[in-house]
Amino acid sequence: MTLGQGTEDSLFIDVVFWVIAVSSIISAIAVVQSKDLFRAAMFLIVSFVAVAGLFVLLRAEFLAAVQVLIYVGAISVLILFAVLMTRDVEGGSPSNRQVVPIGILAVLFGAVAIFVSVDTDWNLLESTLSSGTVTADVTDGITGVFSNTVPVVAKLLIRDFVLAFEVASVLLLASIIGALALVREG
Amino acid sequence: MSLENFLIVGAIIFSIGLYGALTKRHAVTVLMCIELMFNAVNITAVALSRYVTPSAVLDGSKGAAEAVLTGQVFAIFIITVAAAEIALGLAIVIAIYRTRETVFVTDANQLRK
Repeated sequence: MTLGQGTEDSLFIDVVFWVIAVSSIISAIAVVQSKDLFRAAMFLIVSFVAVAGLFVLLRAEFLAAVQVLIYVGAISVLILFAVLMTRDVEGGSPSNRQVVPIGILAVLFGAVAIFVSVDTDWNLLESTLSSGTVTADVTDGITGVFSNTVPVVAKLLIRDFVLAFEVASVLLLASIIGALALVREG
Repeated sequence: MSLENFLIVGAIIFSIGLYGALTKRHAVTVLMCIELMFNAVNITAVALSRYVTPSAVLDGSKGAAEAVLTGQVFAIFIITVAAAEIALGLAIVIAIYRTRETVFVTDANQLRK
């Protein structure tokens, strides 16, 4: 069974997924390999937008909007400012001496993570719902949740995770004050 | 398109970010690679919440249907932490650049001397 109104199994969605996934990975590689720091920041924006597309495919429309607003709108502008303010530093973005061991480490980590995610017998939501082990109420509820996710995310955020929500506000306030104190003249 | 596809994309992007964050000398590049790693973790969290059955659904407890979106709430908190981290990190980079005229993390080693 499919959740929500999306035609999740159509060829078109598959093509969209592969285009987004490949472009996000290629631009992530470009961020690391690009000699020019400004160009690396631009590829980082491409990667952020591609990840927002992945969120849309995962039925997380609110997160996709948040991703575009915060990452593409705020964080990349901040990074571009930092790149431009330190422009006269010579040498682009050189690597340190540990390229080979860290490259091996990163490849090993990626291989282990891919092996675990492919090999694990995930308890998939769709097979649980179609196997009939849960009541019809819960099945209807989950279908309803995925047809309109934003109010449910809001409910979880304000009710179940309200303490973490408040701590996040304090964290943001502290980081604003800290950033202002760090860059203040004199 | 299934759970494994998203997890593999997340793992690859995380590995690229890990490699860049540990090998690059420019502090802004290191911060950019850390953002890549945050993004990879977000993809993984949202994909798991979309495809995997939460235990609340199996128990049939109250609010079970809403528990399937817990991963999205996690991703929101991760984005919050990432925003705070990048703001402070870039402020530190600018402060070091003002006082020491360098942005290379290998040059900020006063404590070792």
